[in-house]
Amino acid sequence: MSSADNNAVMAADNIVITARDLTKSYDGVRVVDGINFDIARGEVFGLLGPNGAGKTTTILMMLGLTEISSGKVGVLGHDPARSPLQVKRRVGYLPDSVGFYDYLTASENLAYTAKLMGLPSADRARRIAVALARVRLSDVADKRVATFSRGMRQRLGLAEIIVKQAEIAILDEPTSGLDPQATLEFLGLIEELKAEGTTVLLSSHLLDQVQRVCDRVALFQSGRVVLMGAVADLARQVLGAGFVVEVEADGAGLARRLATIPGVTNVEALAADRFRMTADRDVRSDAANAVVNANGSLRRLSVDEPSLEAIYARYFQNQTTPSGAARHAA
Amino acid sequence: MRREGSPFQGLGTVALKELADNLSSARMLVLELLIVLTALAALYGAINSLRQNTAEDPFLLLRLFTVDRAPLPSFVAILGFLIPLMAIGLGFDAINSEHSRRTLSRILAQPIYRDALLMGKFLAGLATLAVSLAALWLMVIGLGLIFLGVPPGGEEIARSLAFLVIAVFYAGVWLSLAMLLSVVFRSPATAALVALGTWLFLTVLWPMLAPALAQVIAPPDPRYAMLGLDTPDTAIWAQTLARLSPNHLFGEAMLAVLSPTTRSLGPVFLDQLRGAVMGAPLPLGQSLLIAWPQTVCLIAGTIILFVAGYIVFQRQEVRA
Repeated sequence: MSSADNNAVMAADNIVITARDLTKSYDGVRVVDGINFDIARGEVFGLLGPNGAGKTTTILMMLGLTEISSGKVGVLGHDPARSPLQVKRRVGYLPDSVGFYDYLTASENLAYTAKLMGLPSADRARRIAVALARVRLSDVADKRVATFSRGMRQRLGLAEIIVKQAEIAILDEPTSGLDPQATLEFLGLIEELKAEGTTVLLSSHLLDQVQRVCDRVALFQSGRVVLMGAVADLARQVLGAGFVVEVEADGAGLARRLATIPGVTNVEALAADRFRMTADRDVRSDAANAVVNANGSLRRLSVDEPSLEAIYARYFQNQTTPSGAARHAA
Repeated sequence: MRREGSPFQGLGTVALKELADNLSSARMLVLELLIVLTALAALYGAINSLRQNTAEDPFLLLRLFTVDRAPLPSFVAILGFLIPLMAIGLGFDAINSEHSRRTLSRILAQPIYRDALLMGKFLAGLATLAVSLAALWLMVIGLGLIFLGVPPGGEEIARSLAFLVIAVFYAGVWLSLAMLLSVVFRSPATAALVALGTWLFLTVLWPMLAPALAQVIAPPDPRYAMLGLDTPDTAIWAQTLARLSPNHLFGEAMLAVLSPTTRSLGPVFLDQLRGAVMGAPLPLGQSLLIAWPQTVCLIAGTIILFVAGYIVFQRQEVRA
């Protein structure tokens, strides 16, 4: 958690969402249990965790759509429980598997929500056309949503956020159930939003996708944030080191030579000619040099980016070992 | 804790959208056809039987609403039966369909309160019903003009307008019941089934059950029975129980408003009739006074059921 605090050293006026001891309980069961985080303007922040870990509940509390049991959450300086309209005017929300009125066309659906947003009628048509073009739905703008695929619906939901010109976009499981092509497209749109300075809050259980777009992540487990920070920081914290380099080469005393490279903490011989090195930086060029100096022939040199999946797996593995299986069940 | 902003923000938008949906939906078309066709049949019967004695009735137009010719019931009786069906058809999936379509959280993430959504849907439903009833009303008057050829008098129009207003509130009771059920039950099918069950119970079974229950609560006195009379206690209980059904209240109010000779809706004692000119019509104001308690009950029922739905909806979780 310490790295999270380090990351939170940002100017206070730059913080757009802040949660303090945020708790939600249903019938005495704590679904969200005292979580804390700050999200800075322009950041892409990921809420990660298995289904039922409390991600959606956290999001709904930020929007004032569900009551807060205790603690505080502030969005753009407003308390969503007290002034939900202020918050909802400036925050866009794409719910988990978003739905539309099937019997209306894409632009009619957007026109309805644009009216609810209170946009003046002169603005509406223009903003809707622009938003539909951004999410590449212009040619189906006058088609009924009933004919839309899941990916198109998700994009239409994003168009709604663009129409709103939201300062914060909250996306709940935006890519679950999308095919790989649609997922890539959608992640591209999220990156576009980020490039425009929109703060994006993303919840997902698909770790590799989140890793691609998120600046920082918070790992949820049974209603608690168990890890928070940038992926590289988390990797150092949980995996011990950031980079794992695999070398396939032969050469006399290669293992010893590799171990002397500065920054390398461990060398493991997987086979006679294969070594796995753990390092705190990218040591590939040094490894290549070492092989050449040993007059060996280098056949393969690869680096494993620290993957969120590995962090996740390792973290929960570490957790279950000492404290038994109780946590694992959650 | 006080909320900021107006609960009515977005109300007009929601109401207009729902009204457009209602008016253009296939479901509404079917319901309207059903009502118009049955009403036409009832009116045809009424017109045929009225043509034979047009001479001296001062309220010929009103008779169009109330006269029945076997086997068809009167126009008003048909409406009393079918208005609930129409209202239930409009309301039973108001909220739960937003849940199942997964549009609810998206709509509520816009800067509006839940109040606006529920109220907008209710107002749109009520407006739809009012439009349909007004159309039916115009149809009756038009058919009366064409086939009876007697221009309606001012009082007749006033009385038939009172009918229209009371019918809208009667529809309101069923609409708010249907919407309450649409909030309580997540499945539209369950909500529809419960609403239709309530409707059948109150319009078909309750009129039979109420007298039976009254006899249990206040057993008839054999001395009255020997004279061939109803025991007053039993009769009063029977009426009180029957009035629990909005259908009965509507029928009573219609009787008072559309049959100007109606002097009372409860049991009448002989001494109350002293000095009355039997068969003479009451003035409009007096008829409205007789129908007033029933009308108030219908309005109150609408409001109570709506408030119940409102409270449940406010406390409900948005997520599916």
